[in-house]
Amino acid sequence: MRLVILEDYDLASEWAAKYIRNRIIQFKPSADRYFTLGLPTGSTPFGCYKKLIEFHKNGDLSFKYVKTFNMDEYVGLPRAHPESYHSYMWNNFFKHIDIDPANASILDGNITDLEAECEAFEKKITQAGGIDLFVGGIGPDGHIAFNEPGSSLVSRTRVKTLAKDTIVANARFFGNDLSKVPTMALTVGVGTVMDAREVMILITGAHKAFALYKAIEEGVNHMWTVSAFQQHPRTIFVCDEDATLELRVKTVKYFKGLMHVHNRLVDPVLSIKDQ
Amino acid sequence: MPTNKSVSKAPITQFVNCRILRDHKLQREDLWVREGRILDPEKLFFDEEGYADQRVDCEGLIIAPGFIDVQINGGYGIDFSQATSNVRGGVALVAKKILEHGVTSFLPTLVTSPPNIYHKVGTTSTPVLSTCPFQICKPHPPGLALQAGCHLEGPFISLEKKGAHPEQYLRSFQSGGMLDLIETYGTLDNVAMVTLAPELPNSEKVVRELAQRGITVSLGHSVANLSQAEEAVQNGASFITHLFNAMLPFHHRDPGIVGLLTSDQVPQDRTVFYGMIADGIHTNSAALRIAHRAHPTGLVLVTDAITAMGLPPGRHTLGQQVIEIQGLHAYVAGTKTLSGSIATMDMCVRHFKQASGCSVEQALEAASLHPAQLLGITRCKGTLDYGADADLVLLDDAINVRATYIAGQEVWRK
Repeated sequence: MRLVILEDYDLASEWAAKYIRNRIIQFKPSADRYFTLGLPTGSTPFGCYKKLIEFHKNGDLSFKYVKTFNMDEYVGLPRAHPESYHSYMWNNFFKHIDIDPANASILDGNITDLEAECEAFEKKITQAGGIDLFVGGIGPDGHIAFNEPGSSLVSRTRVKTLAKDTIVANARFFGNDLSKVPTMALTVGVGTVMDAREVMILITGAHKAFALYKAIEEGVNHMWTVSAFQQHPRTIFVCDEDATLELRVKTVKYFKGLMHVHNRLVDPVLSIKDQ
Repeated sequence: MPTNKSVSKAPITQFVNCRILRDHKLQREDLWVREGRILDPEKLFFDEEGYADQRVDCEGLIIAPGFIDVQINGGYGIDFSQATSNVRGGVALVAKKILEHGVTSFLPTLVTSPPNIYHKVGTTSTPVLSTCPFQICKPHPPGLALQAGCHLEGPFISLEKKGAHPEQYLRSFQSGGMLDLIETYGTLDNVAMVTLAPELPNSEKVVRELAQRGITVSLGHSVANLSQAEEAVQNGASFITHLFNAMLPFHHRDPGIVGLLTSDQVPQDRTVFYGMIADGIHTNSAALRIAHRAHPTGLVLVTDAITAMGLPPGRHTLGQQVIEIQGLHAYVAGTKTLSGSIATMDMCVRHFKQASGCSVEQALEAASLHPAQLLGITRCKGTLDYGADADLVLLDDAINVRATYIAGQEVWRK
C-alpha cells in the first residue's frame, strides 16, 4: 500500500482530489471508454468533493465520460430526505459538475425487492467494465462502506443491519433522535471493492486513528474490514497527521520519507485544457 | 443528452450564476424551470436522468419571486375606475408596463364609484379569470402581469375617512349581506378583495359572507376602534388597507385599527396583514419602522398607484375626481389631501429597505411572499418553491429591476 500523510484535512482532501483528477485525465476517457469511479459519502470526502468541483469549475476537469457508483444508501429513507445519500451526492457533487445523470448510479433503498437491487448493481458494475478507482472512507470501527465488524471479507453488494456504533454515530444527522436513524442499508461488499483495479481510502481525524492502526498495522481481520485491502495490489491510504496518532513512529517516518515519491503522482497536476 | 421523455418533452431552462430567494434567504443556487413552473433539479437528475436544454447566465443577479401589487388604481393614463370603451385594453396596458417594476401579479383596484361603473367595469376588467380568482394556477396571457381579480376599495366606507373617494357614492349596508353587495357590485365573480369600514352597521354579516367566498376582506377608510376591528377580524377580515392612512391615528387607550398589529384577539391560526405605501410620502419612516418592528411578517407593500403613475406632472382623473401631480406627490386638485401614489413597486421595495433597515430578503418578501400569503395563493405565487409558477424578477444588489419573467419566459429586460 501507499500511505500518504498530509498535515491537515484540507491538504489531505486536496491531495486526494488531485490524484483522482490525474487518474481521470491520464485515462483519456471518451464515449467508447468511460472512467469508472466508486464514491463514498460522509464528512471525510466532503473536502475532496469540493476540490473536484473547483477543478471542474476552472475548466481543468470534466466528468462527461465518467461513470460513478456509490458505495451505499440507507434502506427505507425517502430519496428526497436531506440525509439520504442521494441528497448528499446531489448537493455536494452532482449538481455542480457535468456528469450525465444516466451514468450516476446509487443503490435504491426504497425498492421492494432489495436483493434484486443489489444483484442488479453488481451486474451494472460488471457491464461498465469494473471499477477503475474506488474511493472510500473508514468508520471508527474500521468498516468500509457499511461492511460492519464481522462482515465477510469476500462479501458482495447486499442488505446490512447497521451496528449500534454506526447508528449512534449517525444520530447527529437525525436531530440526535435514535428512533429516526435508519437501521438498515444497502452496501457494496468488501469483495466488490476489492475487485476494483485501484482503491483509495481517505482517513482524517483523531477519532479514526485507532481504526487506521488496526487496518494497516495489525492482521487482516473481519472485525476491521478495511484491513482486507492489505491484500489488494493497488491501495492508497490518504490521511492527515491526526489519523496517524495510533501508528508506530517507525511506520509514520517511513511513509513520510516516501512523500517525494508519492507527490510525483499529483505533481504535475494535469488539465483537460492541455489536451 | 435528451431528457427521459416519459415525463415531459418540454425544454428545461437552468438559471445559473444567480442568488435565489428561498426559505427566507438569498442562496447561491441555480433555478430550474420547465413548462412555466419551477422544477426540482434533484428529481430531474435521479428520476428522469435529465438536465437543462438551455442555460441563462444571470451574471450574479438576485432572482426573487415576481412582485404582487394588491392595491393599484391604474397607471400610464389608465384609470381602472373609469368606464372607457376599452377597459380590457387599459388593464392590459398597465399589466404590460408594470412588468418593468417587477410586478407579475396585481389586483386592479376600483375606488368608490356609482353602481353602473362596478357593473360595467368589474365584469369586463378580468379577461382571463371568469371564475373564482383563487383558481390562479392557470396560464395567463403571455407577456403580461397576471390580473388576479379586482380589489374593490369602497363604497362601504366611512364618510370622515373618505380620503380622495367621492362623497356622493359612499354607501352603507341597508340589509347587510349579499343583497347590498350584489346591488352595488353586480357580481362578486371577479373580486379578490373588498375594503370596507367595519363600524358601519350590519357589516358583520357582510364580512362573514365575503370571507366565506374566499374574498379577502380588508379594513380601511374607517373610524373603527380596536374592538370593532378585532370583531371584523374574527368574522374573517385579514387585511388593513394602507395602514395609518384613512383611519384613526394610534391612541394609547384605543389604538384603533392600528392596534390589530399587536392584538391578542386575532385567532391563533390567522395572520392580519397590512398594506404599506412605502413611497416616503404617505407614511413617515419612523411610523413605517414602528409598524414593521411590531409585526414584520404581516407587512405587505402596495403602491396604491394612480392613473398618473408613469406619466409626467399635471392634472389627471381618478375615479370621479381630478387630481394634481407635484413632483412625487399626488393631491386631490385644490387641496392637500393625498390622493394616491405614483411610486412604482420597485421604488417602494427600495425605500422600505432603506427606511426600515431590514434585510434584502425581508424587503423582497414584503412585495412577494406576504401578498401571496394574504391572498392564499402561495402554492403558485410569491415563492420560488418547486412547483410554483416561474414568475421571476431579476434584480441587482441595489434592488433595481434588470429583467422580469412570466412562466419562465423573459417579458422585459432593462
